[in-house]
Amino acid sequence: MNYRALSYDLRKNTVDMIMAGKGGHIGGDMSVMDILITLYFRQMNISPQNCEDPDRDLLVMSKGHCVEALYSVLAAKGFFPIEKVIAEFSKFGSPFIGHPNNKLPGIEMNSGSLGHGLPVSIGMALACRMNGRKNRVYVVMGDGELAEGSVWEGVMAAGMYHLSNLCAVVDRNRLQISGITEEVMAQDDLEARFATFGWKVIRVSEGNDSDRLNEAFENAKMTEDRPVLVIADTLKGFGASIMENEISWHHHVPSREEYEQIMQDFAQRKERALHEYNS
Amino acid sequence: MNTIPNREAICRVLMERAENDKDIVVLCSDSRGSASMTSFAEHFPEQFVEVGIAEQNLVSISAGMAKCGKKPFAASPACFLSTRSYEQAKVDVAYSGTNVKLIGISGGISYGALGMSHHSAQDIAAMSAIPNMRVYLPSDRHLTRCLMEALLEDDKPAYIRVGRNPVEDIYEDDKVPFTMDQAVMLRDGKDVALIACGEMVKPALDAAGLLYRRGVEAAVLDMYCVKPIDEQAVIRAARCCKSLVTVEEHSPYGGLGASVSQIVGRSCPKRVLSLSLPDAPVVTGSSREVFDYYHLNAEGICRAALESLR
Repeated sequence: MNYRALSYDLRKNTVDMIMAGKGGHIGGDMSVMDILITLYFRQMNISPQNCEDPDRDLLVMSKGHCVEALYSVLAAKGFFPIEKVIAEFSKFGSPFIGHPNNKLPGIEMNSGSLGHGLPVSIGMALACRMNGRKNRVYVVMGDGELAEGSVWEGVMAAGMYHLSNLCAVVDRNRLQISGITEEVMAQDDLEARFATFGWKVIRVSEGNDSDRLNEAFENAKMTEDRPVLVIADTLKGFGASIMENEISWHHHVPSREEYEQIMQDFAQRKERALHEYNS
Repeated sequence: MNTIPNREAICRVLMERAENDKDIVVLCSDSRGSASMTSFAEHFPEQFVEVGIAEQNLVSISAGMAKCGKKPFAASPACFLSTRSYEQAKVDVAYSGTNVKLIGISGGISYGALGMSHHSAQDIAAMSAIPNMRVYLPSDRHLTRCLMEALLEDDKPAYIRVGRNPVEDIYEDDKVPFTMDQAVMLRDGKDVALIACGEMVKPALDAAGLLYRRGVEAAVLDMYCVKPIDEQAVIRAARCCKSLVTVEEHSPYGGLGASVSQIVGRSCPKRVLSLSLPDAPVVTGSSREVFDYYHLNAEGICRAALESLR
């Protein structure tokens, strides 16, 4: 499958969802999209058919505000029709709300408040290990989220318990709602910080490239004695030039004109991706 | 005199069940000693998880384990469990609907001499305000056992608060008239109804004895189920009696008194006097000294009951 081309289709669905729902965390959705595609389509043993199986792989979307990207990926996996999501997102009484909720198929845990996902996924990893299961647990965090103290309680615990069945991913786009992460609350040097707590750290400098991400997750699976952190150096708003690396697109609904520009960029980049793939 | 605190009764039930149910896990936050869980940790090291002094992690890890089929019991001092990890209880346990039982130990003013940081006079209000969270304050060790056995049979979230010290027996070992989520009528009476929870049930029962000697017939209800409260029992008591007195080791806001007053006001208006700790930092001292200071003892409850009838 051409995952790069797929990513532009899912980015389009995500933007359509945000237009219809009149709100959404569009910048983070675009940066995290390739991480989710790689995990759901290339790594995880998960599908609508096995989503109750205790041996399935598990994912906690700790940066829950980027649920629009998750909806697009889960819809593409067949958990629910994308048309239904776009029609109902953020509407009165809709199950497709602005943060993950586990009443929907494919969503394991409710999230929204930052700093919860890592400790929850540690509990999952501990339980799976106790039960002798071979599945893996993934948690996707934002970089701004790392300022939450509860994250570091989790970093300590995962290291101490040598949870090699746990893989955390940080969507390192370096922007948060108030500005640049290093100016709001500095996170560098992330590799050193996690390594000190007993984690293996893998950095993916092209964090919006599914092939590079996939290599990192394959590498992570080979680690037998430690939890793994994958730092994905991404671009907030990735996919359309007007959004890329722009703080104002953290939470923004495109105007009609902006929408057209975004769609044009998606189409051109998808075309390029198809061309490169075929050649 | 009983020497087994309710926290010890909890540990004994869990140890009995853990032998044949490997999904039962106990999690502590450097609190295994104060939670009386040391023997559990020693006998079932594979079913015990230590998270260190990290109450947020304690609750979230429990929720993750529950999601994967475990039956976690997270035991930590009530003062920290109900505030430091409040958001985790709200989001990861109640909102996500995970089968986590939160055991708040040394609740109320059990740590009387340690100051307000170690008092939990707000936990009933805080936990009750979370949708999908149940709140229980068992009175003695025998009722604690019955409650734990019932909780082991369900898969819903709950907060259980117990005190640090042994409580004088109210019930006989295997003769607790226990039905889950129904108050226990300890004594019938037609003048005043004394409705209490947790450690306040025993002094309420003793107060009924004092009232009897003064010619006042007091009904006594053990309302261990603060949420969901036994509404029918409250309404029956309000219909039978001239007034009601609630007694709790808690702030005057959002606890048993508030719930009973709401029900009585709505269904059968009668005078309700609510006895509680004050809305102020609580005086420090042993539990007995603090209870006596605030008249949360048999004599104080007796006086309040007589006042409610005037």
